[in-house]
Amino acid sequence: MEKLRYERPVIKKLEAGMPNKFGLRTEYIPMTHIDGVAVKDLVKEYGSPLYVISEETIRSTIKKAKKAFTTRYPKVQFAWSYKTNYIDAVCNVFHQEGSWAEVVSGFEYDKAMRNGVDGKKIIFNGPDKSEADLRKAIENESLIHIDHLDELYTILELTDIINKRPKVAIRINMDTGIYPIWDRFGFNYENGQAWDALNKIMRSGKLDLVGLHCHIGTFMLAASAYAIAAGKLADLAIGIEQKYNHSIKYIDLGGGFASKNTLKGSYLPGSDTNPTFDDFAEAITTTLLNSNFKNNELPTLILETGRALIDDAGYLIGSVIANKRTSTGKRTTIIDIGVNLLFTAFWYEHKITPAQPFTHYTETTQVFGPLCMNIDVVRENIDLPLLNKGDHLVISTIGAYNMTQWMQFITLRPNVVMIDTNEKVHLIREAEKLDSITSHEKMPEHLKKFEL
Amino acid sequence: MKINKNIAISDTGFVFNPINGESYSVNPIGVEIVNFLKEDRPFEEILKTMLNKYSVDEATFEKDYADFVNILKHHNLIETNE
Repeated sequence: MEKLRYERPVIKKLEAGMPNKFGLRTEYIPMTHIDGVAVKDLVKEYGSPLYVISEETIRSTIKKAKKAFTTRYPKVQFAWSYKTNYIDAVCNVFHQEGSWAEVVSGFEYDKAMRNGVDGKKIIFNGPDKSEADLRKAIENESLIHIDHLDELYTILELTDIINKRPKVAIRINMDTGIYPIWDRFGFNYENGQAWDALNKIMRSGKLDLVGLHCHIGTFMLAASAYAIAAGKLADLAIGIEQKYNHSIKYIDLGGGFASKNTLKGSYLPGSDTNPTFDDFAEAITTTLLNSNFKNNELPTLILETGRALIDDAGYLIGSVIANKRTSTGKRTTIIDIGVNLLFTAFWYEHKITPAQPFTHYTETTQVFGPLCMNIDVVRENIDLPLLNKGDHLVISTIGAYNMTQWMQFITLRPNVVMIDTNEKVHLIREAEKLDSITSHEKMPEHLKKFEL
Repeated sequence: MKINKNIAISDTGFVFNPINGESYSVNPIGVEIVNFLKEDRPFEEILKTMLNKYSVDEATFEKDYADFVNILKHHNLIETNE
């Protein structure tokens, strides 16, 4: 006779009080498959933990975003934000969907070139561009978004050496009603720094001012802030036209659109409350269309959306290492995913779903990662079904930043696979080996031997 | 170790302690264990029964059983004046 599925015994005190009006359970259905591929097969083949990227979700998300903007505005260009996820295969899905590359360092710039992106379609942001980086960007006619005056003067010096007119924009920071204001990047709109930089560029006569850029913040929960930003950039563009008879080719509103994740402390899930692409598109395009641009001189709208385009496409599969209780009797579960692999656990309440069938019994659980480090907490409090050692679970909406901000702390980074649109699994980044780390280390001769 | 004789347990896993008026919800495996304890069955017998019935190894069950019994004690559902 086949044995019954085991579930650990549990007793839960029934508390009288106000019930949660949104229900008591978080999960009803196990996530046994991702894009038609069984989680247990993925673990068997590629191990646990394992990052899984859904190509189908990337493509459908970028299509949704493009539709939201192109149905409202005639000239729209997306640029893939490399820092959000710069695994080559991920970048190339976006490039196949028509996205340019948006990079913020020499390393990312080289990665985009290596992926075959035309230099003219690379937007170079960030405060740290070395002289060598700038030289390369000028040679390749990339779009250089100037962050500070030191960078502007370096570019002007380079124009004496390189026989090419650099294509530049300036990054503008501003008050959009969102606090704290992100004012450490670029030039301020309100206090005149932006006009000062624009005047310097225009009067130098050595640079092609092609655009205006801003990046007002991250995980923005108010689409209205983008309307304010678009209005201020449009105001500058029209001012430049009037003052210098020079048309700006594009307005770049950067990134920062919130994904569907839930921020810590939120009362409602992000999937229900965060603005949609349509909300952001409506706010931005309405402002631009209502600005005083001449009808046939509307600038191209560039968007560097990262998080909202890739978060949903990423999953992290893990396994239960142990169940414990704290000194106060609180249930804790240790899993093989820690903040080393899930950096975003510091600010999101990530959705965790068991990968095998479970009953309706739950326990309020604190989920810890495997690191020997007190801050390694994946969820402070989550009602989870009763998981046993070795059970698998899937953490959803993790595609943004976790594969670039991951830490190599006490362990090695695992495999990353992509499930293509035909449900075929591809290994897109191999798990690190001991040698991946030690091959970079050098041992001084006198330290090679020891006796204990 | 025995469940307090006043404790009422339904087949569906509802546990009521008339002494303090507290009530609890227990999952089916928990109900089985509570009933075994009510009958004062020794751990070895409970272990054997459960290993035969469920797909669980001895170490896992022993660990979960100890944890469950501790929580029963914590809620004063087990007689401690043995």
